[in-house]
Amino acid sequence: MDHASPPAPSAPTAAIGRRGFRAGVLAALPVLFAVGPFGLIFGVVAAESGLDLVATMTMSVLVIAGASQLAALQVLNDGAPAFVAILTGTIVNLRMAMYSASLALHWQGAPLRVRALAALALHDQSYGLALQRYGAMPSESLPDRIGFFFGVGLPTSTLWVIMTLVGATLGDQLPDSIDLSFVVPVTFISIAAPLMRGRANAVAAFVAATLSVLLAGVPFSLGLMLGAAAGIAAGLAVSTERTP
Amino acid sequence: MIEPGVIWIVILGLGLTTYAIRFSFLGLLGGRPVPERLRRVLGFVPATVLPALIAPMVFTDGAGALAIDPPVAIAAGAAFLAAYLRQSTISGLLAGAAAFGVATAVV
Repeated sequence: MDHASPPAPSAPTAAIGRRGFRAGVLAALPVLFAVGPFGLIFGVVAAESGLDLVATMTMSVLVIAGASQLAALQVLNDGAPAFVAILTGTIVNLRMAMYSASLALHWQGAPLRVRALAALALHDQSYGLALQRYGAMPSESLPDRIGFFFGVGLPTSTLWVIMTLVGATLGDQLPDSIDLSFVVPVTFISIAAPLMRGRANAVAAFVAATLSVLLAGVPFSLGLMLGAAAGIAAGLAVSTERTP
Repeated sequence: MIEPGVIWIVILGLGLTTYAIRFSFLGLLGGRPVPERLRRVLGFVPATVLPALIAPMVFTDGAGALAIDPPVAIAAGAAFLAAYLRQSTISGLLAGAAAFGVATAVV
């Protein structure tokens, strides 16, 4: 770093391209309709589970990963101890290691603080839209590529937090007569079903689901872990068989 | 009801592990490619973890015994069909909620 150079304040704009950022915000608009309902659902479920507003909001701000938050609440509601809930939520989020690795390939040379900040906004939507963009515009500059990612990540993360607040406030006022038992399974199924494309994924999902039902009585979410592990093994076996 | 002490441990713990997962390759490996084997294993995580989480909610009583709550099972089936066929999460949510409403009204 040269301390004598005058345009130091412009360094952040150099790291995050404005044009890319604007394109990211535009691309995020349709996705907001998918993010909003989840924030709402998490807020309602958290309130129904007895979380106070501060805990609910802190969870959405710190974790920013709806499926894992719902999963953690689900196992806690079933009476599991804290470490099982953390483990379950962590397993649900393991897919993001893949996102992190894939994004890193497109971001070579990005400053560490930008990467550290990006990790906060790395979720299904920001990753998916960014990779679509990088595939369609391979010659885009690094700042604009980074800008696009934050352009998607900022509005989606913000809406996630706002809708959690709306859901938590609403959930507190819902009469107990409204039956919400379907909300969590229906939400997870709606996230998971589009992922089951192709024979290998379908086989993996079927094995995982069957084993987890058979092992449902085993404590500490072991049924979930063994079911998922067996499903992954089955998926690998099927896809290896197909591509020699 | 979840105890306040328990939920705060979970919030902090899950917040930490989730950030670590997100930062992992982005922060530490720079641009080094992921081993092909690991990439393939991680690729199957969403299609296995979520079904393994859902299936016991729909097909057991929560204590390990097989059991079905008909309106929930109908809602789950409708959500799966709509989300799978239309490749759309929102379609699944709407179909599941509608089916649950109809099923509880009928049953």
